[in-house]
Amino acid sequence: MTVIATERLSKRYPRVTALDRLDLGIKPGVTGLVGANGAGKSTLIKILLGLAPATEGNASVLGMDVRTEGPRIRERVGYMPEHDCLPPDVSATEFVVHMARMAGLPPTAARERTADTLRHVGLHEERYRPMGGYSTGMKQRVKLAQALVHDPQLVFLDEPTNGLDPVGRDDMLGLIRRVHTDFGISVLVTSHLLGELERTCDHVVIIDGGKLLRSSATADFTQATAALAVEVTDSDDHPDGTAALREALLAAGLRVESGGPGTQTLPGAGRIVLVDAADELTHDVVRDTVAELGLGLVRMEQRRHRIAEVFQTPADAPQAPKGGGTDVR
Amino acid sequence: MSAETTPTTARAAEAPAGASIHDIGYRHYDGERHGRAYVRRSLYVQSLRGAFGIGRSARSKVLPILLLTFMCVPAVIIVAIAVFTDAHSLVAKPTNLVIGAMPLIGLFVAAVAPQLVSRDLRFNTMPLYLSRPMERSDYVAAKFAAMATAVAVFTGLPLLVMFLGGLLGKLKFADQARSFAFGLVLVALFSLLHAGIGLLVASVTPRRGFGVGAIIAVLTIPYFAVNMLMGILWYNDRQGPVEWLGLLSPGTLMSGVQSKYLDGTSDFPGEIVVSDVAGAVYLLVTALLIAGSYALLNVRYRRAGL
Ligand SMILES: Nc1ncnc2c1ncn2[C@@H]1O[C@H](COP(=O)(O)OP(=O)(O)OP(=O)(O)O)[C@@H](O)[C@H]1O
Ligand SMILES: [Mg+2]
Repeated sequence: MTVIATERLSKRYPRVTALDRLDLGIKPGVTGLVGANGAGKSTLIKILLGLAPATEGNASVLGMDVRTEGPRIRERVGYMPEHDCLPPDVSATEFVVHMARMAGLPPTAARERTADTLRHVGLHEERYRPMGGYSTGMKQRVKLAQALVHDPQLVFLDEPTNGLDPVGRDDMLGLIRRVHTDFGISVLVTSHLLGELERTCDHVVIIDGGKLLRSSATADFTQATAALAVEVTDSDDHPDGTAALREALLAAGLRVESGGPGTQTLPGAGRIVLVDAADELTHDVVRDTVAELGLGLVRMEQRRHRIAEVFQTPADAPQAPKGGGTDVR
Repeated sequence: MSAETTPTTARAAEAPAGASIHDIGYRHYDGERHGRAYVRRSLYVQSLRGAFGIGRSARSKVLPILLLTFMCVPAVIIVAIAVFTDAHSLVAKPTNLVIGAMPLIGLFVAAVAPQLVSRDLRFNTMPLYLSRPMERSDYVAAKFAAMATAVAVFTGLPLLVMFLGGLLGKLKFADQARSFAFGLVLVALFSLLHAGIGLLVASVTPRRGFGVGAIIAVLTIPYFAVNMLMGILWYNDRQGPVEWLGLLSPGTLMSGVQSKYLDGTSDFPGEIVVSDVAGAVYLLVTALLIAGSYALLNVRYRRAGL
């Protein structure tokens, strides 16, 4: 079963192409939609909700056509917008009850579902206070609650971690995971940080400039983009230790990506050999090779590609900044 | 109300150990899901209650109650006079009451319209409404109906007081019913017209303070300007254009309609009643203003929330 399918989906504004012939097939589960600012994430969600018409192409949500069955789709999906959307002078309870009724729930059910949902997102005594006094974390929880209150089959969460501190971010990501595992609701969650979605999502879709860049299971993703950054010293036998190591690693059958055009301008970048870490053995092979060559190992660290690198072709990929950790931001 | 209990199915999934606050597993909702008509009606009722501060803070009830009291005081006095003087008719017609209370009604419209529409625009709540089964037109229809009903209740209540008081005072029922009916027709036209204008202005001024000011300005400035011009022309013996000038403000438009068709008293200079041709144009302009403001409101909301 496919929850979201798009076919050559395009959205053109007078000046920009927000979506460019996007083909997607998203299965139940938690799917991350990753892209830089302006990549077209919010635009895609609005089209899928039937709120904005596509310029061309088709899209369906839960098997229903977004063009003709918008109201029926919206009955079964929830939406958490990226912006602040809460009136400050009403309480979370009042607001979510109202939104439940706007989703078609009878009054009693709206109240019961509101109490349940607010508890599930972790909002307790605060829920009777006006929302104007809430912290960003609490506001994000209310926004999530109103998206879940009518028990949808699928929710669109547009940058739910926006503005949260690291702890709040982890809480929110955990909550999103539970929306699928405990509540059985499929999730499409957007972010411009690939790293934070890796732990939460079963599947990641990356778009850039409205085009599909990559769509794969999160597991494939991290594996394919994991790399070892290796820096070695020179020795008398090998005046250019970096070059020698690269040759030796290639000979050992590893994929090495260093010395691409443009990388030389980065200070020290020319001295880093980036090895595709296909499996755990890579680590040992590199260490043994360095030892055999008699070079000094300055460092060897696990590194995930930055999101910018995913957007580049492999030829000019290894522009990782010197000393960059595993943070992919 | 047994149909409204929530059917749920317990989920097999247990919350992870230690997560005591989440110890009650998620329950799915298998109950009834109403369609657009229910959503529209719910939004209508919620908005109408909100217009009078019902279900809102005590502070938001003050102004509506105060204004309603001011509205009803004249009606009570009129009834009291009739009862204590054993008169055979009331000293004022219901239509007089509506036209005379125009400034108060304007204040009410200015207070309520921003409350009904500006908040959802200012706090960006529109996307939440639009992500639900309703369409933009449902939102507009519900808000328009709520606003018109609120103005009608506000304007019609003193008329009801007068009617019931008149019956208590043993005035002739047929006369009372007739003038009450005329009054209600005026109330209906008045409410639709002012709902349209008020909501339209409020929907383009999301900042509440601006909305209130803009509505008062739109309702009063043309009204006083037209009245002044009418007076000037009248006293300079240029009576011809006077009846046409009345078309230029919502207040004078209503005034012209009620004196022509609803057995009202004219408050135009010289108490003139507009000619048949002008009267037809008055009705036409009223209809166009109501339909036009409703259509423009829909246009305004076509792009809202995106
Ligand atoms: N109503 C509009 N009119 C014109 N251009 C628009 C409109 N809405 C979006 N765009 C443009 O379409 C592109 C995609 O915007 P979109 O909001 O979908 O990006 P996004 O991936 O959600 O970005 P962000 O991370 O900043 O939220 C951007 O270049 C944006 O400027
Ligand atoms: Mg966005």
